[in-house]
Amino acid sequence: MKTRRKWRHHLLLGCILLLATVCVGQAASYDYPITDPIEATILSTPKAAQADLPEKIRVKKYETITIFPERQVPDIFWYNQKLRYSIAYHKEKAPLMVLIAGTGAGYDSAKMKMMQKAFFQAGFHVLALSSPTHPNFIVAASSTGMPGDIRSDAGDIYHVLEKLWQQSSKKELVSAFYLVGYSLGGSQAAFVAKLDEERKVFNFKKVLMINPALNIYDSAVKLDKMLVDNIPGGIDHFDDFYNKLIHNITKSYVQGDFVDLAGNFFYQAYSNIIPSPQEGRAVIGFSFRISLANMLFTADVMTNSGYLVPKNLKLSRTASLTDYCKVASRGNGFLEYAENLFYPYFKRREPNLSFQALIARSSLRSIESYLRNNEKIGLVTNVDDIILADGDIDYFKQVFGSRAKIYPRGGHCGNMAYKDNVHYMVNFFKSN
Amino acid sequence: MKREKIRSTKSILLFALLIFIMLSTGCATNQSARKNGAAIIPATKPVAEYVRSDVDYPIDAYDPWEGFNRHMYIFNYYFDKYLFLPVVGAYEWIMPDYLEDRISGIFKNFSELRNFTNNLLQLKGKGTIITTGRVLVNSTIGLAGMYDPASKWGMPVQKEDFGQTLGHYGVGAGPFLVLPVFGPSTLRDTTGLVFDTAVHAAVMNWALDDVNNKTEIKLGINLLGAIDERHRMPFRYYQSGSPFEYDYIRKFYLEKRLMDIAK
Repeated sequence: MKTRRKWRHHLLLGCILLLATVCVGQAASYDYPITDPIEATILSTPKAAQADLPEKIRVKKYETITIFPERQVPDIFWYNQKLRYSIAYHKEKAPLMVLIAGTGAGYDSAKMKMMQKAFFQAGFHVLALSSPTHPNFIVAASSTGMPGDIRSDAGDIYHVLEKLWQQSSKKELVSAFYLVGYSLGGSQAAFVAKLDEERKVFNFKKVLMINPALNIYDSAVKLDKMLVDNIPGGIDHFDDFYNKLIHNITKSYVQGDFVDLAGNFFYQAYSNIIPSPQEGRAVIGFSFRISLANMLFTADVMTNSGYLVPKNLKLSRTASLTDYCKVASRGNGFLEYAENLFYPYFKRREPNLSFQALIARSSLRSIESYLRNNEKIGLVTNVDDIILADGDIDYFKQVFGSRAKIYPRGGHCGNMAYKDNVHYMVNFFKSN
Repeated sequence: MKREKIRSTKSILLFALLIFIMLSTGCATNQSARKNGAAIIPATKPVAEYVRSDVDYPIDAYDPWEGFNRHMYIFNYYFDKYLFLPVVGAYEWIMPDYLEDRISGIFKNFSELRNFTNNLLQLKGKGTIITTGRVLVNSTIGLAGMYDPASKWGMPVQKEDFGQTLGHYGVGAGPFLVLPVFGPSTLRDTTGLVFDTAVHAAVMNWALDDVNNKTEIKLGINLLGAIDERHRMPFRYYQSGSPFEYDYIRKFYLEKRLMDIAK
């Protein structure tokens, strides 16, 4: 009797322990080191926690292609005439991975280089493309010159891929096509995949969206507001905020034992440079605003919309753009872009288009049934991704089911280079 | 006789350089004068109204020679594209990465001379001592600078140049200046560059005193030094694609120099 009770005791204890280890084990199994989503978004992954990737791979950088041979590129954008990209080829036959960069980012951004190494190491050829919101892409490869309508942007990406494929001399080395994008590039990847179902040029075998925006308009508003809402006194006091930031960087740099503003500097000095979460949000908003100003000015000139630059004015190669930079980066930022430049442009082409309809068609919700029923599309995101709204995560879970990998932290793309994430990303494509 | 020959070669080179500048930038000015006929309509958000005089803009900088600078910025792109980067590319193609790093080390060890003089001129005791230690360790155990054991032994590089020295003693940056080949600078930092280069040349001249073919050797060393320096610098003109790259680079340069002077 006694032993029996003792047995039961042991069993119970064992069960509790087992349960506890399962729970704790699950929580502890993800060790991405930064808990704050703002900090994660700004700092990404510290070197020690990153996946093991080769220092250098054999990659052709600074490759260029002419997308629209007939296009008269304005003088002021003479350097953006051709689209820049990079490609890494293996010498033997292998599948080709296409990478799409996030908002405002180039083909050679840090995240793109990381992904390029990871996939190349895993045996893929890797093609890296700039975001359709990057000035070089807008000038050289955007059919409209006005980025932001995800369907039209996805069409432009597809067009670029077709052109590259037509001109490729390595066709026999490519066994299949795969597609991956992060942030805005993640959302675009879904639309590119859907377009491919109709056009069938590449027949992408698998597609992965990393930290995509559910609705790119809502995410952009959210990011942009981070600047305006977190500068004490409003955007016209940006100078004070900026000076404080520079002051903090200088102080850490002068006092610390740092040789340069690189490597570990920002990671170690973070809490001195950005002492409060409010300032962190402003920094993220600031970085988004820089991309936005680039995009706004470029789109304005390319479409001759006369928003910042007088209509029909031809700027020379050496014209001073400092004042335009000031106007482009102040004011209401993204909302202004959407209402005064972006929407009117599409309204001119499609007179019956309402603002709401234009925004709605750039949401992943507009292709929900495609995403829900398509086994080849996967999604990776974080519970605390700052570009998502309440309920977005549940929506992803519900639509993607087991194809959604949702990490407990990492902010917006902060954990992309973390070893577990890289492992999952590569494995998603390796498994069938 | 020989000196005269060098002088004339130099002036030919300089002349060719000027022609190149005029060619590469002159056609741009012509293009800008071209009108397409359509009337110019004021912008929705005109600069005159939206750039406010009561607001400070961090992107502003003292740049009275902006026209010249923007031309020079374009010139540097072409210089890179048609001369400098192909040469650097050939160098990188020939050299194994390992050797490239050793050569970089040797040139970095040379530049300790600049760090030493300027730490000394700023009366930075610790910096001067560390730099001396670095030279002693890296020149011997580090095999003429090919390796950098000093950094691992708690003697990190103490970068100082004469521009920083001038700044340390309160000399302002002066106008922003984009130098041919060298890139972003200021009037103060250009003065510094001239001084540091002169000291470097004088010491090299003295060190190579009894060597035959001194001119050729010096030229060779300087050329390799220039290639090595460009090889180490990942920056490429216009790669960011941003229409405001010039403005951002200008700001970044000026801000970084202030930090270096404060350090």
